[in-house]
Amino acid sequence: MKGITAYGVYFPRLRLNRQAMVEANAWFDSSLKGLGKGERSICNWDEDTITMAVEAGIDCLSALQDKSLSGLNLASTTAPFVDRQNSVLVAEAMNLNSQIRTMDIGSSQRAATSALIAGLESARLGNDMMIAAEHRRTKAGSRAEMLWGDGAAALTVGDDEVIAQCLAVATNAVDFVDHYRGEGSDFDYDWEERWIRDEGFMKIVPEAVSAVLESAGRVAAEIDHFILPTDQARTPAALAKQLGISPDAVVDNQIASVGVAGAAQPLILLAKALESALPGQLILLLGFGQGCDAILFQTTDRIERCRPDRGLSGALKNRREETNYHKFLSFNNLVERDIGKRGEVDKQTFLSGFNRRKDLLTGFIGGKCRACGTVQIPREKYCVNPECQALDSQDNFSFANQPGTVLTWTADRLTFDWSPPAYFGMVQFECGGKLMMDFTEVEEGTIDSGSRVSVHFRIRQFDAQRGFRKYFWKAVVES
Amino acid sequence: MASGIKDKVVILGMGCSKFGERWESSPADLMVEAFEECLNDAGIERNQIEAAWFGAGIDAFNVGSSAMPMSIALKLNYIPVTKVENMCATGTEAFRGAVYAVASGACDIALALGVEKLKDTGYGGLPQRTRGVENDMYWPNLSAPGAFAQLASGYRAKHKVNSDDLKRAMAHVSVKSHANGAKNPKAHLQREITEEQAINAPYIAEPIGLFDCCGVSDGSACAIVTTPEIAKSLGKENLVAVKALQLAVSNGTESGHASWDGSYLKTTRIASQRAYDEAGIRRPKEEVTMTEVHDCFSITELVTMEDLQLADEGKGVKDVLDGAFDAEGSNPCQIDGGLKCFGHPIGASGLRMLYENYLQLQGRAGARQLSDPRLGLNHNLGGFPHQNICSISIVGPYG
Repeated sequence: MKGITAYGVYFPRLRLNRQAMVEANAWFDSSLKGLGKGERSICNWDEDTITMAVEAGIDCLSALQDKSLSGLNLASTTAPFVDRQNSVLVAEAMNLNSQIRTMDIGSSQRAATSALIAGLESARLGNDMMIAAEHRRTKAGSRAEMLWGDGAAALTVGDDEVIAQCLAVATNAVDFVDHYRGEGSDFDYDWEERWIRDEGFMKIVPEAVSAVLESAGRVAAEIDHFILPTDQARTPAALAKQLGISPDAVVDNQIASVGVAGAAQPLILLAKALESALPGQLILLLGFGQGCDAILFQTTDRIERCRPDRGLSGALKNRREETNYHKFLSFNNLVERDIGKRGEVDKQTFLSGFNRRKDLLTGFIGGKCRACGTVQIPREKYCVNPECQALDSQDNFSFANQPGTVLTWTADRLTFDWSPPAYFGMVQFECGGKLMMDFTEVEEGTIDSGSRVSVHFRIRQFDAQRGFRKYFWKAVVES
Repeated sequence: MASGIKDKVVILGMGCSKFGERWESSPADLMVEAFEECLNDAGIERNQIEAAWFGAGIDAFNVGSSAMPMSIALKLNYIPVTKVENMCATGTEAFRGAVYAVASGACDIALALGVEKLKDTGYGGLPQRTRGVENDMYWPNLSAPGAFAQLASGYRAKHKVNSDDLKRAMAHVSVKSHANGAKNPKAHLQREITEEQAINAPYIAEPIGLFDCCGVSDGSACAIVTTPEIAKSLGKENLVAVKALQLAVSNGTESGHASWDGSYLKTTRIASQRAYDEAGIRRPKEEVTMTEVHDCFSITELVTMEDLQLADEGKGVKDVLDGAFDAEGSNPCQIDGGLKCFGHPIGASGLRMLYENYLQLQGRAGARQLSDPRLGLNHNLGGFPHQNICSISIVGPYG
């Protein structure tokens, strides 16, 4: 069977302080006080499942020598489009070729592990990328709001240069309804935590684990990394004990630092295990939801050489504390904010126009003039160099990985923005192109002419009237 | 070889409405107000006008498209009327149409009128509006102050100017214009402000604060132009002639090519040099005695003074603080109060600025009258520092 060849991770930079959440909500439910420790990751207003998936995917690619992929699957229960394949959009933002196989997988908390099993069992040659990203909406003041976080992880699965070989897979498919999100619902509806633990985890998981260990000819005591994605803090250790897995093997669900990222959690924790694993170690990855997927990996000698640009530890470090609970409510459309008349302007996307400029808008592709070598964005019919102006002279040139510096900037408090002030300005790319761009994730006082920036795929605008959202690339000041 | 527009066309009459929050007035009311003054000033009948140019910037909040709203409002005699729109240069663009028509000999008397009704949006500032199907997909949602605030950051970086010094010079620009506007009964804002007020006002788009922004108002202005010969035959004296009329439009170099650093207005440099050449001006600082420039924001005016060669490059802060552009300075700027006090009804502004220079040259500017006005320059800048349209007109005594 195939194995893992690379991994990447992304968490939104914003971390909401849980004490701030408790202070806002304990008047209604005092039991929340017991959960008021640490912080959780929250998407900025311009982040969602797609943008996080792109970030994780790019991070994963950074660890691969051969960056050509044969497939890209996106697992999520919060993909923004119900009928527009989300994985294709992710693939185009990553500038992958159009021959790639793409697929969305959803409807379950084990969507990612099911996709991973399919990838591991596939006969297709080359590397398949499995991305899982999750941005779940939760009711204000709920336990889920306290414990969950937003995040994404990506893996590639292939035959060559494997860092963790798959030894066996197993599935125990059971329609155990611990929670569900029905058609037209924004939020999950769940049942009592203790019942989920006793009748769900403790009964369904062991069958899958036994099957996978038996298939691989291994025993529980050999497992070095035990991954059970769940927001039940004590359940992984309880299950490990019941199964005979060492308590030291239990991979922490990171509730204290980022929260549990739903369908992305299995891949995030697998990346976490891979980042710390030594060669020859056993990793048992579980995915729980309407049954249980179990995948047993053994790391290879290559594990220590695989280092994505960001990885799990980099994603954890990319952090800024947020103490304003109301901002979180606004970003997740959980409160009807008075956005002012400037926010009312129609934001229709003219799809034929979008399609014409998709290379720019999704791929951040500009041009490089064959006549004079000038790099430019957007690519136009005539070269922008006033000394050249050659016609149809430009080859595609990707700006998605190009560093730049701030030439001009401002913080605009008049224009509409979901998180004012709106920062934007001219970015001069080191390669030569120049473009006025939005800046995101700006901390007041940290931006000036000359600041270095990188570019990131983000939401540009929501068209609430038509259920559409526009994406484009924004600049982030490097710290 | 073209000889340019100098002294080929003179202004027969002008009119300008009261600018302000004209809640009670429709665009048609504003047009009629300016037109009536203009007709009386010109001393002609409506039916003597042979062609007209109509400037209006924002259809969605104004009169709608085409030239019909003007023809209907003014009851013009089925003459050719052309609608023009070129952002903030719209008023001057309408004037250019009328002047060129007369200069070509195609007609003897032509009318240019601009109007804008900005105060029907329900909020402050210029209306939020589309930048076109493709631009809307990737341009930042920049407001006008957000666009021009970037000029300040580019200027600071280029000339290594301290933020506080630049902010103080910007404040001086606004204090000066308010002092001038306080003497103008047609201005929207007619009270003086202090440097301290300007500096401490809340940010709109950093470093542009509330008092660094021009007002937002409704208004209309118009001009009737003819040949010097016809004006004389109508008994006119002290003729004010068009000396230069230029336009420079960005071609994408500033926004997309590394040669522009964001610290100046390329179009203003190009258009003003062309205008000086057309008018035969060799030493702008000495020859241009008054300017009405596009002070949409204080930083724009400061940078514009350098781009017009009225301040040396990088010395704008010092010259502004030294009072070079104050009413008593060497090159008085915005003697009527500028956009700062008139606000900026887009289609009207270019003609409103021309109106002040016309009054000054005829010695009819009342409390604001300068002692020895000779050449007056009007400057408009439409769009954003990185993509814009610059119009320049220069007027002076005929001959």
